[in-house]
Amino acid sequence: MKHNRFRAAIRSYASNKYLLLMFLPGFLLFLLFQYVPMYGILIAFKDFRIIDGILGSPWAGLKHFEYLFAGAGFTNALRNTLIIALLKYAFVFPAPIILAILLNEIRLNWFRRTIQTVTYLPHFFSWVILGGILFTFLGRDGGFNRILSYFGVQPVSWLIEPSYFYGIIVATDVWQSVGWGSIIYFAALAGIDPTLYEAAVADGASRWRRIWHITLPALAPTITIMLLLSIGNFLSVGFDQIYNLMTATTSEVGDILDTYVLRRLLTMNYELGAAAGLFSSTFGLLLVVVANRLVKLYDKDQGIW
Amino acid sequence: MHHRTWGEKVFDGVNMVLLLALAFLTLYPFMYTLTMSLSTPVDAKMPGLHLLPMNPTLEAYNKVLTQSGILQAFVNTTIRTVGGITLVLVFTSLTAYPLSRKSFPHRGLFMKLFVFSMLFNGGLIPMYLLIRNLGLLNTMWALLLPGVVTAFNLIIMRNFFQSIPEEIIDSAKIDGAGELRTFTSVVLPLSMPVLAVIALWSGVSHWNAWFDAMIYIQDLDKQVLQLFVRRTVIEESDALASQTELMHATSYSKETLKAATVMIATLPILCVYPFIQRFFVKGIMLGSVKG
Repeated sequence: MKHNRFRAAIRSYASNKYLLLMFLPGFLLFLLFQYVPMYGILIAFKDFRIIDGILGSPWAGLKHFEYLFAGAGFTNALRNTLIIALLKYAFVFPAPIILAILLNEIRLNWFRRTIQTVTYLPHFFSWVILGGILFTFLGRDGGFNRILSYFGVQPVSWLIEPSYFYGIIVATDVWQSVGWGSIIYFAALAGIDPTLYEAAVADGASRWRRIWHITLPALAPTITIMLLLSIGNFLSVGFDQIYNLMTATTSEVGDILDTYVLRRLLTMNYELGAAAGLFSSTFGLLLVVVANRLVKLYDKDQGIW
Repeated sequence: MHHRTWGEKVFDGVNMVLLLALAFLTLYPFMYTLTMSLSTPVDAKMPGLHLLPMNPTLEAYNKVLTQSGILQAFVNTTIRTVGGITLVLVFTSLTAYPLSRKSFPHRGLFMKLFVFSMLFNGGLIPMYLLIRNLGLLNTMWALLLPGVVTAFNLIIMRNFFQSIPEEIIDSAKIDGAGELRTFTSVVLPLSMPVLAVIALWSGVSHWNAWFDAMIYIQDLDKQVLQLFVRRTVIEESDALASQTELMHATSYSKETLKAATVMIATLPILCVYPFIQRFFVKGIMLGSVKG
């Protein structure tokens, strides 16, 4: 029986041999760069010696993980990462939802489209460019202090003061992502049946009540999906952004798991870096699986799989 | 048409003011940098919002372009972007097409492998060791090959190919075209929208990429534009920040040079932005189709 199934598989590959030839080069590249590194995770459990290779190096058990949690560097990075992650969920995640609702209330098409085009813009630049712009903009004599000076605020070097760091990370992340993030919510709003609003108006519902009882419920499924899609990256709190906005004075509060792993790479401390990386990717995978399960308990038609 | 009440008018007014403020705050950092890059160091020092340069000059651009080695970095990034787009389109479409055909065996299994790679990955260090073992360190291939076939692009392309009516493909085969021939002369011409979206996506991401170049490329003459900006603007500013804090003074000739460097890397994207923006929005909608 098993033998037959094997023969049938061979036969169906043979009859699709041109499709197979088209498929294989790209698929092998994909396996090489996505799955071979997964095998490389093994070094988190080994005492890696370059000459012996990954398989040949002796096992080290959980030594590197114990070391991670015993040392101050990793726990500090983990704490900073969790703080930034929570702050971003509290402020960056809702921002595009609010923007989409505000845009949806605008009746002038040209006005709305202009706002959209302008707010999408920062999405198209790397954090190197945005960082370069922000270093000039948020410096002691930069544009931000020039605006604030009209309100009588004394100039501040925003990027070198550790106590402002999290605020700046949240604010600049909103700046970069709010417009782009609103697209998906705005599209969901476009699907609302206009007669719902007309009926609400006829019943004398105010703007706020219409937003609360029609607009928000219509967004709920999209919000759930976006939450699920983002939760796997819970511990990826924006390496590009943080690395390009960090200064010598903010490195203590700005050190996150990703910068910790990068430092282990640069100091050739591969096992520790791989262990820290494995910790954060496993954590992310677990979060997605659990969150998806929870959403499905609540409503089995929702969820990302 | 119902009559707007006084409360509604206030709501609309406040809403528009809020959105205008957001638009201004979004644009102002860009405008400020642009003005700085076009100002003389003396003008840059003047108080005010600097919405427009007082005496526009290309002095800073001239200096950056002739003295800093930015042109080499610009050329490297351009090669990387063009090469990256080509590789992504060729390999992703070739790999995605068989997965869209019902006759292709085990396609469910293959799709699961692709999806799983979106949920879990080896991480930075195993990836670095792989690139090193392959002997790709310090070569352009280290920047190009890893992103050639990614799950996200592949799924979007496969979904698009699947939406092409079966009859069109079957009739090409009845006319005697082989698989590859059907693919290149029937499927691809029908798939221009998805190819354009993926091309623009990977183009922008290659143009903006810097982290891989930072860890894989050592030689300065092979360095990409973004890293050039990072070295001359961000690392420089970081080093200067603590000093200027003590002296309370900014070197404005340096500020204008930094602003010009940033603008040189920004301009190509700004130039194509009006054209690619709508394609990107379309791409989001393609991506949001549950696959």
